Amino acid sequence: MKKRPVNEMKLTLPALPENEAVARGCVSQFVSRADPTVTELADIRCAVSEAVTNSVVHAYGNTPGLIYINARLYEDGRLTVQITDRGCGIPDVALAMTPLYTTDSGGERSGMGFAIMQSFTDGLKVSSRVGGGTRVFMEKYLKRQP
Amino acid sequence: MDMLTFSEKNGELTAKISGELDHFLASDVRGRIDDMMARKMPSALILDISGVTFMDSSGLGLIMGRYTACKSRGASFRLHGADSRAMKILELAGLSGVIQTGSTAKGGV
Repeated sequence: MKKRPVNEMKLTLPALPENEAVARGCVSQFVSRADPTVTELADIRCAVSEAVTNSVVHAYGNTPGLIYINARLYEDGRLTVQITDRGCGIPDVALAMTPLYTTDSGGERSGMGFAIMQSFTDGLKVSSRVGGGTRVFMEKYLKRQP
Repeated sequence: MDMLTFSEKNGELTAKISGELDHFLASDVRGRIDDMMARKMPSALILDISGVTFMDSSGLGLIMGRYTACKSRGASFRLHGADSRAMKILELAGLSGVIQTGSTAKGGV
């Protein structure tokens, strides 16, 4: 039997750099209701920021596009956050997830986004289709019960 | 409020960043730090992030980029005021032992 979430948030934002702070702020506010620890909250903020930044930087090039965020909180303290774009997609997800790998040759992007998402959550799934978009699914178990 | 302020002492340039050091802020301060470096030609760049309340891999990219830029122009690079969250991210990238860090901007190793 599939458990229903006790709370859910859906958020759609244009893929703009200034919305990186909006996205992590909203998810942070949503999670705060479940009384997370300071570290848990900081982990979630950072992981969300990474996924949203990826969509802002890579998904749509110079054309406008949207980022879809869906956060769910379950009774057992499980949080899931899904961040989806309908952008260009990632040709090789495994390669993109390699720590320090970046498509930026200027040395200004660290290539650590996925490694941080992986390290700061309890589960990470990335699916992508070239021309179809990218979906990042993250889950984290909050030690304190909501 | 300006999220980036500069100060100079003994030929060293300190760039103090405040606020949330994400892709948005990193894009803004990067060029301004590089312009100031080119103008002042300091012997060292000290990046002071003691006023940074949030940092992700874009902030890390900014640090890595300035470290590389300093190396290529023969200036030294120091990072000041990194909190435990910033250190965790530096460690993940394997940089905690590479980049010289200090707890306060006044310390000067």
